[in-house]
Parts: sequence; structure tokens; C-alpha cells
Amino acid sequence: MTSPSTIPVLDLGGLLLVSIQGELPDESAIALQEDVTAAVANTGSRGLIIDISTLDVVDSFLARVLAEVAASSRLLAARTVLVGMRPSVAITLVELGLTLPGMDTARTVTEAAASFGVTIEQADRTGRGTP
Amino acid sequence: MSQAEREPIRVPIRKDTDLTAVRQHVRALAQRTGFGLVQQTKLVTAASELARNTLLHGGGGAAEISVVHGSTGPGLSVSFVDSGPGIPDVELALSDGYSTAGGLGMGLSGSKRLVQEFAIESVPDGGTRVTVISWADPYSARQGLR
Repeated sequence: MTSPSTIPVLDLGGLLLVSIQGELPDESAIALQEDVTAAVANTGSRGLIIDISTLDVVDSFLARVLAEVAASSRLLAARTVLVGMRPSVAITLVELGLTLPGMDTARTVTEAAASFGVTIEQADRTGRGTP
Repeated sequence: MSQAEREPIRVPIRKDTDLTAVRQHVRALAQRTGFGLVQQTKLVTAASELARNTLLHGGGGAAEISVVHGSTGPGLSVSFVDSGPGIPDVELALSDGYSTAGGLGMGLSGSKRLVQEFAIESVPDGGTRVTVISWADPYSARQGLR
């Protein structure tokens, strides 16, 4: 058993949102996989959104973890959408030979949520919700 | 062949959190050497793959990072050195999908595609040294324009 990851898994009412922040050591990536899969099962969510917009590197290890999270979530009847991949990361992953065929992608969390029929209200730049 | 500018930066690879240090050092030096974002990302990703190989297959070792100057401008040379069991069949290890550690088998073959120069020296029971070089401006380097 690995120690729990420090990455919060947010429940947005039927959708789970995971925002991966900064550098992710291998052990945390494996812990994340266990945490997220457990959260999918416990909440009965049909959707999992993984936001990787802060990541400046995704290597084959992390790509495999992401693909396995998506595969195990699919077995638990949840669809995974990967959000916010940087263009430089996309180019590098393709050249590395990793195109993550089992994962849906979206540009933003809002767009990903919309693909599940969930509307997320846009906060304006001051952080307040729109009136 | 290119010449190293100064003494290489040596980053030990003993545990998985050391991979983070390798990535950070390579990125910082690539930025200072004038690498563009895509070229930086490719080199850092290759370094991450190779450092993990050093840890998992070589039983740990070190990364040696240095700035080099070729005929077409500056670049970074990164060597991954271990004193592990060595790679018995380098050609096989470089083929896509070949894995002994339960990975995707893309680490070694994939990282070769991310850099401009790639060399493996491996001695049975005598360790492995993988050296990669990436140029800050690979396009003019490839065409010899500068």
C-alpha cells in the first residue's frame, strides 16, 4: 500500500476533477492512481477530468499512469477526459510514440464538463462568479 | 565533435525523487543555453526516461550534464552512468515495445527520437553509459545552415 497522494480529488456533483500540480514523483503518481480509482468507485461518478495544464513534462511513466487511471475508471463505468495538455508536451508525447489512444481530451475543464452535460459557471477575473 | 565548456553538473540518481532533480537541472541549463520550449521539453523528457532506466535497470548512478559547442551552435550533453549489469543486447533494448521492467517499452527507443545524438556504451557486468546530445537550434544544425 502506498501513502495517499497529496493531490486533491474534487467531486463536482457527479464528476471528479483532479488537477495535477507541478512535479509529480513516481510514487505520488502511483498513489494518485489508487486514490482516483477509489474515488470513482466511492462516488459513483460517471466522469473523471484530469487537468494537466501545469505539467511541463509528461514522460512515459506518467503517461502510463494516466492511461491506467483511464482504463480502470472505464471498467468502473466512468469516462476520463484529459484536459489542458501543453503543445510542447503533445509534440513530445507523439514523438515518444505515446498517443494515449484510450483517453478523450478537451481544452478546458469547462469544455470537458460540458461533454458530460454539466455546465460550470465561469468565474470572472476577480474570482467572483458571473451574476 | 563538440567540446564540453566546463565541468559537468553531476546529479546523483539513487531514488525516484532524484528524477525530479535531474529534470529540473536539465531544464534550467537548457533554458540558459537558449533552447526553445519544444526542444527543452523533448530533452527533459528524454532525460527523465533515461534517468529512470539508470535507477531501475542500473541500480542507480548519476546524470552528468554539460554545455557543449558544436559547429552549429550550443547544445547540452547529458550522460547517464551506472555500474549495473549492463545491457546484453543494445539493439534489442532500443526496439519499440521492448521492456524488462514492466513499462511501456518506449523509454530507450522513444528517448532516442527526442534528441539529435544518442550513444550507448555498455559492458556486461561493467555498467552502462548512455549519452544524449540535443542542440539548442536543431533545424539549422541538421541542415548545417549556421
